Amino acid sequence: MFAAFLQRAIMQGIPLLYGSTGEIITEKSGNLNLGIPGIMYVGGISGVIGAFFYEHFSPAMNPFLAVLIPFLCSLVGSLLMGLIYSFLTVTLRANQNVTGLALTTFGVGIGNFFGGSLTRLVQSEVPSVSLPKTSAFFKTSLPFAKNLGVIGDIFFSHGFMVYLAILIALVAAYILKRTRVGLHLRAVGESPATADADGINVSRYKYLATCIGSMIAGLGGLYYVVDYVGVWSNDGFGDRGWLAIALVIFAVWRPNSAVLGSLLFGGLYIVHNYITGFGVAAQELFKMTPYVVTILVLIITSIREKRESQPPQSLGLSYFREER
Amino acid sequence: MSAAIELRGITKVFGTIVANDDVNLTVNRGEILSILGENGSGKTTLMNMIAGIYFPDKGQIFIDGKEVCIRSPKDAFDYKIGMIHQHFKLVDVFTATENIVLGLEDGERFNLKKAAEKVRQISSRYGFEIDPDKKIYEMSVSEKQTVEIIKVLYRGADILILDEPTAVLTPQETQKLFAVLRKMRQGGKSIIIITHKLHEVLALSDRVSVLCKGKYIGTVTTKDTNESELTEMMVGKKVMLNIERSMPKDPQVRLEVHGLDCHDREGVKVLDNVNFTARSGEILGIAGIAGSGQRELLEAIAGLQHITDGEILYHDPKSDAIENLRDKTPMQIRELGVRLSFVPEDRLGMGLVGNMDITDNMMLRSYRRGKGAFLHRKAPRDLAETIIEQLEVVTPGVTTPVRNLSGGNVQKVLVGREIAAAPTVLMAAYPVRGLDINSSYMIYNLLNEQKEKGVAVIFVGEDLDVLIELCDRILVIGSGQVTGLVDGRTATKEEIGFLMTKSVHREEETANENA
Repeated sequence: MFAAFLQRAIMQGIPLLYGSTGEIITEKSGNLNLGIPGIMYVGGISGVIGAFFYEHFSPAMNPFLAVLIPFLCSLVGSLLMGLIYSFLTVTLRANQNVTGLALTTFGVGIGNFFGGSLTRLVQSEVPSVSLPKTSAFFKTSLPFAKNLGVIGDIFFSHGFMVYLAILIALVAAYILKRTRVGLHLRAVGESPATADADGINVSRYKYLATCIGSMIAGLGGLYYVVDYVGVWSNDGFGDRGWLAIALVIFAVWRPNSAVLGSLLFGGLYIVHNYITGFGVAAQELFKMTPYVVTILVLIITSIREKRESQPPQSLGLSYFREER
Repeated sequence: MSAAIELRGITKVFGTIVANDDVNLTVNRGEILSILGENGSGKTTLMNMIAGIYFPDKGQIFIDGKEVCIRSPKDAFDYKIGMIHQHFKLVDVFTATENIVLGLEDGERFNLKKAAEKVRQISSRYGFEIDPDKKIYEMSVSEKQTVEIIKVLYRGADILILDEPTAVLTPQETQKLFAVLRKMRQGGKSIIIITHKLHEVLALSDRVSVLCKGKYIGTVTTKDTNESELTEMMVGKKVMLNIERSMPKDPQVRLEVHGLDCHDREGVKVLDNVNFTARSGEILGIAGIAGSGQRELLEAIAGLQHITDGEILYHDPKSDAIENLRDKTPMQIRELGVRLSFVPEDRLGMGLVGNMDITDNMMLRSYRRGKGAFLHRKAPRDLAETIIEQLEVVTPGVTTPVRNLSGGNVQKVLVGREIAAAPTVLMAAYPVRGLDINSSYMIYNLLNEQKEKGVAVIFVGEDLDVLIELCDRILVIGSGQVTGLVDGRTATKEEIGFLMTKSVHREEETANENA
């Protein structure tokens, strides 16, 4: 049973990992994008729309295209969301919190609107869109995984998007820590005035970080729909977007820590299914654990007062060059 | 030898204020030039034009004899000009090296180890002491300044501009900095240092250029000049102002400050053994170069600044009791009748809330007087209307947000509110900052009125002419210490200017005299 739990925990953790990697990159540029939950919905539904039409109007599906089309659709959908956020907060200098929350509401609405439309198109009995063929392609795992016993089940039985998430997180961690681009990006998030004085294009970094971050986060939505469940149902993604933002704090803005953090959060998110004998009320209490853990991390990092584990200094603030 | 940089006829105007008027300047290779002038004489503006932050309205800049056009800080870098600003621009959580290479695109592979090595080389060449891997937030002010200087050198600057580099340093750190600057001069660098400390000018520079109220006064060779000649060039000729000044009536001690010491957040001593008395019916002026501790002094009296040592005794005119303000909260101090009206550089920063209207800003001082949970709005509105009428505040009405008023009107509202509270001690810091002549006079008259009512007025001013015309006594402070106390009726600008720039460390006996 523990192996099954671990396997599920990984699968639950992957959408969170995508979301938090995207959000960390965004926040490192000083943009607090609370639109991530909505962006992940949009990433999911955009992919679903692409997959739906390819699956329904193409008699013989090419495995490569069956993966590529939803993937690209998802990227484009979340890119548009990222652009909206960047335009409002960077170019127009709108309040980041208000913009983010509005985008979340907007994104969930978009997801449910198109999800509902697709349901009507197939005249389904249940309010959901099932994508069995696309899902099968996404879930394709390494052929030898079955021969590796428990280890294979836990670590090698997943579709490619699980490994992609970990790869992206590790690459992001490397870029942030070890490259010139990463140094400049962190400078923009810490002190945009300093970055500006040193000739770094603050707006460009903020736009790029936010848009790339959004696209990565959107993939989390896509993974959840086409790989993890294989069915789009309205509001099915739930509150995972917020959990991804909590994971950013838990990982103290380090994508490599987010890899392990996502496993922990994924496990805590489903642990109530594996602990029986407490009744329904107790299960609800177990669902709270990821948030409790996040609060604990906040308390601990605040007490330690280590400057490196604090959020970027100008997080949430718009930057404009002073007149004088 | 051709000049490293030459300015001809540089003029810069901000709105109606002429910041620089036809300034000429030359700096040679391997030379340290001091730019000397009072606050607001246009030193920093002039340097910002060389550093590419401002663009001159008129005039030419030559580098190595060729005319150049500097549009941005990047252009300045390309001409090998680097400026170290008074306020450091550094990322706190980065190491020294990370800050130094920030923004550099030298086409080479990103390698912090190599960069740190180069930082060490520069440090040892000029005698800096710096750990390239230390985080900025762990550094002292002087270390941060060192990082800024290395940053400029790392980018290959040949002309260095330092804007009041010693303002934040201890005397020992200043000596170290000067040693480094002398080494750079030997290495052929041109250094421009902005300062108003005369003894530093004499100790360090080869030549001195003096600015006064935006105008270029002249350049002298340091070894052929002395402090009194420089002071005279710096403060200019006496201007007649005609402010009515009555003799103090029945002055009584209202405030006694004994041995006041204060430290700032970085642990630097900002007030050092300050002693003085403020009397009723008298205006006590406080003169000093900006940042000499005026702000901290007033804040300490108002209860807003932590006092390390010393006491502030208040003689209550109603009860004749003597209270030590050091033990009181700002609220209790205000209740006693000690009022502070401080006009900071950004005007709104302290005292008024920009987004609230005039009535609401009046209520910041009276909101406790309402009945129960409800605010009492009528009295503050009446007060707002009275102030608008009496002080001729130009505003569409009492409901206009203060932020939308012009600077002078904002200041009238602020000063008017504090006066309306019928204070016994009124402290006004820079109340005429940025005001035109008429508004300034209105404020002076208000202060005089208060004086005649028997209020002890403490006036911190920038313009020496005004201090001499308005104040009964003038306390001069320099680097947080009292450097002199003069009679406003007999003092001369030269005398005050000399006291302002005098360092007490060098002349202990004068300080003891005043103590």
